[in-house]
Amino acid sequence: MQTRERLFRILCVSCLALPLLMLAYLLGRLVVDAWPRLTMAFLTGFPSRRAEDAGILPGIVGSLYLILLTIALALPVGVGAALYLEEFGQRRRLAQLIEVNIANLAGVPSIIYGLLGLEVFVRFMGLGRSLIAGAATLALLVLPVIIMSTREALRTVPDSLREAAVGLGATRWQVVRRIVLPQAVPGIMTGSILAVSRAIGETAPLVVIGALTFITFLPDGPTAPFTALPIQIFNWVSRPQAAFAANAAAGILVLMVTLLALNAVAIYLRERMQRSHR
Amino acid sequence: MDVTSATPPTLAAGAGAGAGPNASRRPAPPAARATPAREHLIEGFLFLCGALSILTTLGILIVLGYETAGFFSEVSFGQFFGDTEWTPLFADKHFGIWALVSGTVLTSAIAITVALPFGLLSAIYLSELAPRQTRRVLKPLMELLAGVPTIVYGFFALSVVTPALQTVIPELAGFNALGAGIVMGVMIIPMISSLSEDALHAVPQSLREAAWGLGGSRLAGIFQVVLPAARSGVAAAITLALSRAIGETMIVAIAAGQQPRFTFDPRVPVETMTAYIVQISMGDVPAGTLEFRTVFAVGAALFLMTFAMNLFAQRLAKKYRRLG
Repeated sequence: MQTRERLFRILCVSCLALPLLMLAYLLGRLVVDAWPRLTMAFLTGFPSRRAEDAGILPGIVGSLYLILLTIALALPVGVGAALYLEEFGQRRRLAQLIEVNIANLAGVPSIIYGLLGLEVFVRFMGLGRSLIAGAATLALLVLPVIIMSTREALRTVPDSLREAAVGLGATRWQVVRRIVLPQAVPGIMTGSILAVSRAIGETAPLVVIGALTFITFLPDGPTAPFTALPIQIFNWVSRPQAAFAANAAAGILVLMVTLLALNAVAIYLRERMQRSHR
Repeated sequence: MDVTSATPPTLAAGAGAGAGPNASRRPAPPAARATPAREHLIEGFLFLCGALSILTTLGILIVLGYETAGFFSEVSFGQFFGDTEWTPLFADKHFGIWALVSGTVLTSAIAITVALPFGLLSAIYLSELAPRQTRRVLKPLMELLAGVPTIVYGFFALSVVTPALQTVIPELAGFNALGAGIVMGVMIIPMISSLSEDALHAVPQSLREAAWGLGGSRLAGIFQVVLPAARSGVAAAITLALSRAIGETMIVAIAAGQQPRFTFDPRVPVETMTAYIVQISMGDVPAGTLEFRTVFAVGAALFLMTFAMNLFAQRLAKKYRRLG
C-alpha cells in the first residue's frame, strides 16, 4: 500500500474516531459529575431553591406522561398515514403531495412546532399550558419519523403475500389488517421508539409551549400544567451556581440512561427484523 | 353428553339464517364481514391521517403569517431589514433582524466548518475504504452522535468545551459563538457523514473500476472520479446539515448567550434567532403584544431560511439519484 493512501486512511479513521472519543469523554465526565447527586432523594424529590435539596421527580413523571400521550396521539395517525400512502393512495396526486409535504415537515426546526402548538393548542383550542397541549405539539413533531419508518416497514412486506391474500378474496383492508400490518409490527415498533427518543429529549418546543420550570406537585390529568426532564435540566443549566450544574449533570444522566435503553431496544428490533427478512 | 350439549346452538342458528335469502351465495368466511361501506370508511380515515400533515404545514403557514402580518402592521420593513440592532424589549426599540441573523449565521458557519471535514472524510472512509464488517459497526455508532439530545450538547458546550477553549483563548467570554458552534458541529457530523455516504455509495462501481483500470490509484479514484460524481449528493448533505444548524435551538440558547449583536467575532456573546424565541418564551410577555409578535416574525424568518435550504437540498438530491 502506498504511503499516501495509508496516511489518508489514518486521517479518515481519526475523523471518525475523534468525535466519538469526544462524546465518550464528555459522557464520562458527566457520570463523574452526576454520580454524587444521583441519590434516591434526588430521584424522588421536588424542585427547590437550594440545589442540594432539589429533586427531579416532577420532571420524570411529567416526561413519562408526556411520552405516553404523545405516542398515543402520534402512533395511530402516523401508521394510518403510512398505510394510506403505501397501500391505498400510491398513484394519486394527493398522495404525492402528502409525500413531498412530509419530507418538508421533517426539516422544519422543532422550535417552529412550538410556535404552532402555542397558537393552535394552547391559545386557539384553549388547552392552556397543559400536558395535552405539549403532547399534541410533540406528536406533530414526531409524526414524520413514525410515518417514514412505518413506510419502510410496509415496503419490506413482499407483494406476493398481498397478491395471495387478494387472490383468496380478501378486501384491501383485510389484506392490510391481517397480512401486511402483522408483518410490519417490528418496523413500526422501531419507528415508535425512535420517535419516543426524539420526543423525550426535545426541549425547545416545550419551552415555547410554556412548560413550567418550578412545580412542586405532580400533574393530575392531561390538562394539568407540567414540567419535563429536559425542561428541568435547562432550568438548572441556566443557573450560575455550580451546585445546580451538578443537578443538571445528574438530570442529564437520567435522561441519557433512558435514551440508551430505548435505543438498545430499537437496535435489537431492527436487527431481528433484518434477519427475519433474509 | 356434555360434549353434545357443548355444541354451540348459535352456530346452528347462524347457519339457518344464512340459508335464507342468500342461500345461493357461497357462505362468507368470518373474515369477510367487511362491507364496501366499511372499507370506504377505513380508507377515508387513513386519508385523514395523511391529510393531517398538510394541515400541519398549513397551520404553520397561517400561524406564522397571521402573527407576522400583525407585527408588520406596527413595524415597517425598513425597520426590520434596514437596522442592525435588535432591542424590542427596551424603551428605545429597534427591530433590526440582522443582529439575530448574524448570530445564527456565525454559529452555523462554525458548526459546518467543524462538521464538513469530519463528516466528509468519515463518509469517504465508510463508503470507499472500510471493510464491510467495520462499516456495519461504525455507522450506527456515528448515528449515536445525532441521537444525543441537544440540551445535553448545550450543557457540554457551556460547562466543558468553553472552559477548555478559554485556556487557549483567554479573552473568550463565558457565553460565545465559538464553543456553541463547535459542539453544534459535532452534532451535525453524522448528518453529513451518513447522507454523503449514501451519495458516494450510489456512484456506480464501474466508474471506480474504470479509474483503476486506467492505472489510477485508489486515492485518485476517490478524488477524481467518485467525489466529483457524487458532488450534488454531498452538496445536498451539507445544505441539509446547515439548515439543521440554523434551526438548532438549545445548544445556542444555553452556550452562545442572549445578547443580540451584529458581529462576526466568535469570542463574544451573541444571540441566534432560535435563542431569542426561547428567551421571550421563558419570560412572561403577554400574548397579543408587539413583543410577543416579534417571536413569530423571527420564527417566520427562520422558517423561510430553513425551508428554502431544504427545497434546494431536495433538488440537489434528485440530481444525484438520476445519476445513480
